[in-house]
Amino acid sequence: MNNYKHDTRSRSRRQYMVAIDGALALNAILVIVQMWLLTASLEAYLSGHKDSALPGAVFSGLLFAGTMGLYIFVRRLERQAKDKGF
Amino acid sequence: MKQAHQSESEPLWKDEFSIESAHETIVNRRQFTKFLTLTSLGMFVGNLWILSKTWFDKQSLFPKTVIAKADEVPIGAVKLFRYPTEADPCIMVRTSQDQFVAYSQKCTHLSCPVHYSQKTGQIECPCHEGSFSLHTGEVLKGPPPRPLPRIVLEKKDGLLLAIGIDIQNE
Ligand code: FES
Repeated sequence: MNNYKHDTRSRSRRQYMVAIDGALALNAILVIVQMWLLTASLEAYLSGHKDSALPGAVFSGLLFAGTMGLYIFVRRLERQAKDKGF
Repeated sequence: MKQAHQSESEPLWKDEFSIESAHETIVNRRQFTKFLTLTSLGMFVGNLWILSKTWFDKQSLFPKTVIAKADEVPIGAVKLFRYPTEADPCIMVRTSQDQFVAYSQKCTHLSCPVHYSQKTGQIECPCHEGSFSLHTGEVLKGPPPRPLPRIVLEKKDGLLLAIGIDIQNE
């Protein structure tokens, strides 16, 4: 019985960790894409292509919203894990 | 529910420095996510800065500036001037009786001042032997990655005016 309890508990904790790790990995991918976007926008700006500045800023904003959302998600998971005593 | 309330009323430092090793793993990941999010914010600000620079540049229209009297420059001669600001050296060449061409004098490679060579009929850069077409500003030879920005000229009442810049991207 005790073993069963321990198993359920550890599986849940593993699930939290997988979710958090997934969010973290996705966050890192978004940041890498955003880094590329910033470099491309700067390159375009310096070579006189001014039309790409607006779409660049909009996409960058969306990527930031994504990373912010993931951060909030991780925070929420952390709270839940803490409340469950993991 | 009781536990949830308890964790909210905990002091902030307990959130950041967990005493339980299991929870610390989560804290580390959350802190790294926070770092990535702040980096993302920084890059978003960078993109906004580029956008604002673009807007600002669009608003500041190029002034009309008198460069020279048309007949004071002989055919094949060069006139140096600065446009649109005192920090922007430019070069103008009279190519025929009523044709003038003008470019930024900064080489698009590493900004060395370019000059007109009557011998080759090209605009040349002494630093790394780059050369540009006199008539279009296109790169003919050497390391410059882009054509020379062309200064848009206007002839009015016997005067030559600079009225804008054409960046000339390929
Ligand atoms: S600076 Fe002109 S060719 Fe290098």
